[in-house]
Amino acid sequence: MRSRDIGFRLSTGAFAFVLASIVVAIGFELSRQSMLSIQKFGFDFWRTSTWDPVAGQFGALPFIWGTLYSSILALLIATPVAIGIAVFISELCPRILRTPLVFLTELLAAIPSIVYGLWGIFVLVPAVRSLEIALPDSLRALPLFSGPPLGVGMLSAALILAVMVVPFTSTVAREVLRTVPLAQREAAYALGATQFEAIRAAIFYARTGIVGAVMLGFGRALGETMAVTMVIGNNPQVSASLFAPQYTMAAVIANEFTEAADELYLAALVEIGLVLFIITLVVNGLSRGLIWTMAGRKSGRAAA
Amino acid sequence: MTGQIANPSIRLKAPTPTARPTEGAANRERDVKIDVEHLSFFYGAKRALEDISVKIHPNVVTAFIGPSGCGKSTFLRTLNRMNDIIPGARVEGTARIDGNDIYAPGVDVVGLRRRVGMVFQKSNPFPKSIFENVAYGLRINGMAGSKAELAGRVEESLRQAALWDEVKDRLQESALAMSGGQQQRLCIARALAVRPDILLMDEPASALDPIATQRIEELVYDLKKAYTIVIVTHNMQQAARVSDHTAFFWLGRLIEYDRTDKIFTAPAEKLTEDYVTGRFG
Ligand SMILES: Nc1ncnc2c1ncn2[C@@H]1O[C@H](COP(=O)(O)OP(=O)(O)OP(=O)(O)O)[C@@H](O)[C@H]1O
Ligand SMILES: [Mg+2]
Repeated sequence: MRSRDIGFRLSTGAFAFVLASIVVAIGFELSRQSMLSIQKFGFDFWRTSTWDPVAGQFGALPFIWGTLYSSILALLIATPVAIGIAVFISELCPRILRTPLVFLTELLAAIPSIVYGLWGIFVLVPAVRSLEIALPDSLRALPLFSGPPLGVGMLSAALILAVMVVPFTSTVAREVLRTVPLAQREAAYALGATQFEAIRAAIFYARTGIVGAVMLGFGRALGETMAVTMVIGNNPQVSASLFAPQYTMAAVIANEFTEAADELYLAALVEIGLVLFIITLVVNGLSRGLIWTMAGRKSGRAAA
Repeated sequence: MTGQIANPSIRLKAPTPTARPTEGAANRERDVKIDVEHLSFFYGAKRALEDISVKIHPNVVTAFIGPSGCGKSTFLRTLNRMNDIIPGARVEGTARIDGNDIYAPGVDVVGLRRRVGMVFQKSNPFPKSIFENVAYGLRINGMAGSKAELAGRVEESLRQAALWDEVKDRLQESALAMSGGQQQRLCIARALAVRPDILLMDEPASALDPIATQRIEELVYDLKKAYTIVIVTHNMQQAARVSDHTAFFWLGRLIEYDRTDKIFTAPAEKLTEDYVTGRFG
């Protein structure tokens, strides 16, 4: 019994170790390949906006900005929708509807990115453009909506990311809500809670996992390449405008990697990959940390 | 078997005033708090309770005993309509509280559950602070009032549940960091906070050690002055210690309902005798 236990620990430990070394190896390889650019630009790479392969000037700020801005916008749009869907499926919807709805959300999660991109070009972008045109001039004066109504741009990218993230987040949030013990709902009901209040109590109980679900969606939005590339406009600029065509880290790598002729150009693109890698690690680390501190507060000796 | 069911109401309606040591018990027994008539309960097609009729009196402790699966919890949960949240559950017959049919159409179930508090077998505090656990019911029922009123009500409830002295310095700490016995008393305090007049307890001490159990039993004894208490227990000694009346259930039926001392010393039914003397599988 005990020796099996140790064997189990060793083997799972070995897997964990392999995983950790893969992460380290990726980081190491990315740093090595981008050394030329790191040495030449240092921290300016993160802070400056000139992206000029001809002049050999590379600053990644517009791409970092574009990735974070589009992902955060997508998160803001997707989170309430995803949680709403999760709550509806797990708490409110009639039993006969449940299986088809679950199937549908899982189907949406399985659609390839490029298909979303095509849908974005043919449906979403024209729709966004007419929305932009319809916007009253008083609003168009705001920095948030400045620029010509092109359709392609930040808003389309954020929307398509949101559509792609919702099935993920809602599936995880639904699973999390399922784990809430019936006793929690009963406790609320027994005190005179309405169904709405009992659901709130369940969401509160599951809040850690729901944050995890939201973060998972964020991580996915950060790394999403194809669909965003197709609708964001691919113009490296740091702009607060939702209508402005912008660029993301993943998109610039995908678009320019094959044409990167000289070594510095290539190194700069790899460094963008490194930056994306670091940001993803930090976001995941932060969300894990958040979840752990929440879980730590939750677990007491009686919680076991 | 139906023929064997004692009719408890007849026996309890004519109590011999000197038969009980409990002061004033005779007077209270003329009142009926909960009046159940011919109640049957179904989980889908499965019948879990069959033709239960029972009158439960205010300000006494009524114990439900019986072997596992006989329907004690199910019956208890019909009294605050907790079974409503189970899909496919169905009730037949009537159950009245203070004369009002709780299954009548249009009954305010949320209000009913506030008046009929419930404590569960496994303590189920919310993952919030001790204070917020007790305040929860007050908040959702719009009973929170001012900050000072809320704090006063929380303190009062914790005192009633004999928990105040242990937690008064750590009200903001997580309820989940308390011991099992403290958590169960917190759940009692939480139930008391919304001022119910009936308290349903489903094996409230079954997961606790003897000392914590004793505290809960003392608490039940104190609380019956102000509340009508129904307690499910698997523990014969506990039923004998805390309750005034005992109902014995068997296979979804109420076999016998009488004064606790009678149930334990001179039961009318052979089944009851076999069960309370432990001659039962
Ligand atoms: N949610 C449910 N769905 C279907 N059947 C149920 C459900 N809950 C209980 N039952 C069944 O109803 C019967 C009565 O169960 P109940 O929980 O009321 O028994 P109990 O007397 O409280 O038992 P215990 O002493 O083990 O708690 C049992 O046969 C049980 O299997
Ligand atoms: Mg039970």
